[in-house]
Amino acid sequence: MELTTQNTTTVRMETRDLSVRYGVSTFGVQDASVAIHDRTVTALIGPSGCGKSTFLRALNRMHDLNPDTVVSGSVFLDGEDVYDPTMDPVMIRRRIGMVFQKPTPFPTKSIYENVIAGLRLVGIRKREVLDEAVERALTGAALWDEVKDRLRAPGGSLSGGQQQRLCIARALAVEPEVLLMDEPTSSLDPNATTRIENLIKQLREQVTIVIVTHNMQQASRVSDYTAFFYVGEVVEVSPTKEMFSHPREERTKEYLSGFFS
Amino acid sequence: MTLRLRYIRDRLALTFVVLMTALVVIPLFIIIFYVLANGFSALNIDFFTQELGSPARAMQGRPTGLVASIVGTLVIDLMALVFAIPFGLATGIMMSEYHEHPIAPIARLMTSTMNGMPAVLMGLLAYALVVKNTGGFSAIAGSVALAFVMVPIIGRTTESVLRVTPWSLREAGLSLGIPRWKVTTALVLPAARGGVVTGILIAFARAAGEAAPLLLTSFGNNYLSFDISSPMDTLPQRLYSLAISPYRQWHAMGWGGAILLLVFVMITFFIGRIVIQRMEQKLNQG
Repeated sequence: MELTTQNTTTVRMETRDLSVRYGVSTFGVQDASVAIHDRTVTALIGPSGCGKSTFLRALNRMHDLNPDTVVSGSVFLDGEDVYDPTMDPVMIRRRIGMVFQKPTPFPTKSIYENVIAGLRLVGIRKREVLDEAVERALTGAALWDEVKDRLRAPGGSLSGGQQQRLCIARALAVEPEVLLMDEPTSSLDPNATTRIENLIKQLREQVTIVIVTHNMQQASRVSDYTAFFYVGEVVEVSPTKEMFSHPREERTKEYLSGFFS
Repeated sequence: MTLRLRYIRDRLALTFVVLMTALVVIPLFIIIFYVLANGFSALNIDFFTQELGSPARAMQGRPTGLVASIVGTLVIDLMALVFAIPFGLATGIMMSEYHEHPIAPIARLMTSTMNGMPAVLMGLLAYALVVKNTGGFSAIAGSVALAFVMVPIIGRTTESVLRVTPWSLREAGLSLGIPRWKVTTALVLPAARGGVVTGILIAFARAAGEAAPLLLTSFGNNYLSFDISSPMDTLPQRLYSLAISPYRQWHAMGWGGAILLLVFVMITFFIGRIVIQRMEQKLNQG
């Protein structure tokens, strides 16, 4: 187990020997134990196919819908096991939000409706509450100034970077405790990427973030902790500064210096 | 192979495809032309306002028409649609959105079997279920039979259009903590609505042209009826009985009825097109 225990902040989420199998024998993730600290950014890095996205999706039970996927081990959120049979996956996902690789605005809905989708669909109807939530979430996602005059326009009319910030706003609107981001900038240009990265640094004040990235510079820029995945295993979890300057493991050192990718 | 030879081959292939397509399309035009040419003279005010009555009416030149069949077709087809939509949509949603559920493969097998079944069997089924149990032929029994024709078509098209809506849409919804059924009804269905409506219209048009399921259910009626618990007339079935009758005047009315049926199906598709366009526009404007 590679828990980073030298830190003083509280642990918000934690996985213990988490394994995800596709089918009978193919391991996506094997025995991963990672601690995620409250209001920090944890980056998951590693070469393509190393299991970092699979790990991320196990945290909010997104694998539930695929009956061929078997998750074992434990995932704790504030000490409660996310995979406990009495836990409702819908409630879990309200507490653990997610932003995907490609922006996924709801195509049939306006910017306004996109942001409140999570609130409206669980029955919040009060106009003032929704208006306030929209402004708060869009401001939080650094998008408010750009769209405040056209909240009725379709979400699909925004640029790619704006769409991704819209998706972040949508995730923030339900006030999650943890925000999972699966390569959120991989389909964006450098400008939009910078905006999202700055946003991540701000959001860290209020929400715990786990971000999957294939971009090591991005990991070093935005994260407090970094977990290095390799062939389904967690090789090393360390404070980001430490990992990038003095990696403990040989494989981490080789990956960071570009020996394999 | 020289360039010239390749060019000629390419031309030949295109000619072949055009020719074959024309051979498919031409009979359709012949049917439309033939129906219009033969039936147009039968269309007059009486045709739309009078009951058919006995053959004597037509032979003695007294007013006669197909109002009973027109009204009956509208009543029976629309009732069938009302019966079929909830079942068809639910089955389609089951097969696409809950495909891991044990019922889904059974539903898939049943709908494809029903799709391939001769429609007269749907009539027999409705006969056994409704006519036998209610003690007589009725418009409702006819609607049930046509609903049996519609349900598998609506189910299958709904399934396929839901399946092509991106998986990411469902994940985005679920990741917000939206329950699965809400993701389906509020996100996935609206995104696929154009295709769903098209499927419903295809089912409707297909059922509107069926005569066989109605023979044993709504039975037919030479007189106008609005009572859905008694026999009612329909255009496809009336066409059949006019065509096999020995009366020249009824044959002419049959052609007229065929025009009506053609127009009815064409209007259905036309309305469907407009509805879909409207929805797309609304979607694009937000």
